[in-house]
Amino acid sequence: MKIDKDTINKIARLSRIKLEDKESEDYIKDLNSILDWVEQLNEVNTHNVEPLSNISSSVLPKRNDISKDSNSSEEILKNAPDKLEGFFAVPKVVE
Amino acid sequence: MVVGLEVHAQIKSNSKLFSSSSTTFGSSPNSQVSLVDAAMPGMLPVINEFCVKQAIKSGIGLRAEINKYSVFDRKNYFYADLPQGYQISQFKYPIVGKGKVSIDLKDGTSKNIRIVRLHLEQDAGKSLHDQNPSKTYVDLNRSGVALMEIVSEPDISSAEEAGLYISKIRSILMYLDTCDGNMQEGSLRADVNVSVRKPNDKLGTRCEIKNLNSIKFIKQAIDYEAKRQIKIIEDGGEINQNTLLFDTQTGKTKPMRSKEEAHDYRYFPDPDLLPLEIDDDEIKNIKNNILELPDERIERYIAEFGLSKYDASVLTIERSVSDYFDEVIKSNKALQGHAKIVSNWISTELFSLLKKDNLDISTSPVSPKDLGELIILLTTNVISGKIAKEVLTEMFSSKKSAKYIVEKEGLKQMTDSSEIETIIEKILSENQKMVNEYKSGKTKLLSYFVGQVMKETKGKANPKLLNEILFKKLN
Repeated sequence: MKIDKDTINKIARLSRIKLEDKESEDYIKDLNSILDWVEQLNEVNTHNVEPLSNISSSVLPKRNDISKDSNSSEEILKNAPDKLEGFFAVPKVVE
Repeated sequence: MVVGLEVHAQIKSNSKLFSSSSTTFGSSPNSQVSLVDAAMPGMLPVINEFCVKQAIKSGIGLRAEINKYSVFDRKNYFYADLPQGYQISQFKYPIVGKGKVSIDLKDGTSKNIRIVRLHLEQDAGKSLHDQNPSKTYVDLNRSGVALMEIVSEPDISSAEEAGLYISKIRSILMYLDTCDGNMQEGSLRADVNVSVRKPNDKLGTRCEIKNLNSIKFIKQAIDYEAKRQIKIIEDGGEINQNTLLFDTQTGKTKPMRSKEEAHDYRYFPDPDLLPLEIDDDEIKNIKNNILELPDERIERYIAEFGLSKYDASVLTIERSVSDYFDEVIKSNKALQGHAKIVSNWISTELFSLLKKDNLDISTSPVSPKDLGELIILLTTNVISGKIAKEVLTEMFSSKKSAKYIVEKEGLKQMTDSSEIETIIEKILSENQKMVNEYKSGKTKLLSYFVGQVMKETKGKANPKLLNEILFKKLN
């Protein structure tokens, strides 16, 4: 797999990151060298092997269904650039 | 018409799927948001064990395979009411696999709708778009509440069937107590996929109508959308795959957003969560604790009480109604043979009274035992059907028992034939002219005499006896 200009622009758009042309050139180079390196893994035959997503041998910790009043509405809204009567206010999302 | 549904059902639980915030509906904005729900840096999700059990229970109710190994994935997208920037969902390995739901059609036949899967996921927050011309307001109280997404195969072939299917899903989840089924509050909502084709052709291009929250709208949207697609094809056009919204005001569907940039959700296993493993004992345990499901209850009503399949399925759609019916039957052994009458009295007389006062059957002023007593009075001919209706109305407002009202108002049916005969003779002698008309062929007058006798007896004469005696007297 090779990263080209279209791919890098798509990744940037999906991540909401603005890239200058000069920067994209650099990222294309960097990402391609990372991919080339990872590419070596293809030498191993993984046919019929499930992907491993976690190497931990512990089990998923669970909690009981008890609701706690966090009462943190003020804290939650503290970082909001704009708010109104307990709501976050964001630029209109047009659909 | 080919239709498939994705039903989103909020799990009935005290706290959210991955945080301890409350799930109560209608609280003040952003008052039930923990640091986890607001996606503050460094917060980690911890799964609610009860929600997992609820999903397994629902899976069993949908006669589906329970997957002992499932994985949580991140579904990535940007939206203002999704603070994490991704929804924790299940993609490749859902907790519940293939199942089926049976729906009872009006013509008396049943149809199986296959279930593809049920998976666990987080709900998003709520956005208000129409309060301000330049702002959207966001409330995160719903953010992180546990959802079950139930995906059907495209086995549904009409709006009617789609309605029956979602009623059935709702009914099953409510019997299991895994979802409160409240569609108005959004606890149960559906995305609907619609396509059209000529018989035996391959599947047409589908359009998805998002976020419908009433059975009526689901049916309207499907009918409108199918017609829209047929018209395009008949005019020689092609259907573009699209995501649509249903406008409840105009009854039309309209495109939600252009798909020029198709969604790229970049699913991958959530590194914050280990795979979810369930053992056989746990599944068995949950299975053993499930009470009766709607289909089992329908079977029981048919076998024990001889109700028709359609009657039984109508009665069992709402668990509260079916529970009420069971209580009435249980209140007196003699009622077992009159199940059809009990079912009719609940679904017509009692319902119309409840509806008038905007009450739910669970808060009915007439208890199942009291209704049972009234029906006993009716079936043993102590009172007539007409009087019984009046007594029920009286019971509804005064909360007195049927027996008390019948005694106090002297409403007992007149079953003494000599007593009825005396009154008939009186009426006939007072209306000699009409009797002559009757005898000369105007037999329609029979109902007039019946009416007069009923009036005289304040409706208490046994109608069967009255008719018999009157007919004998006149001929």
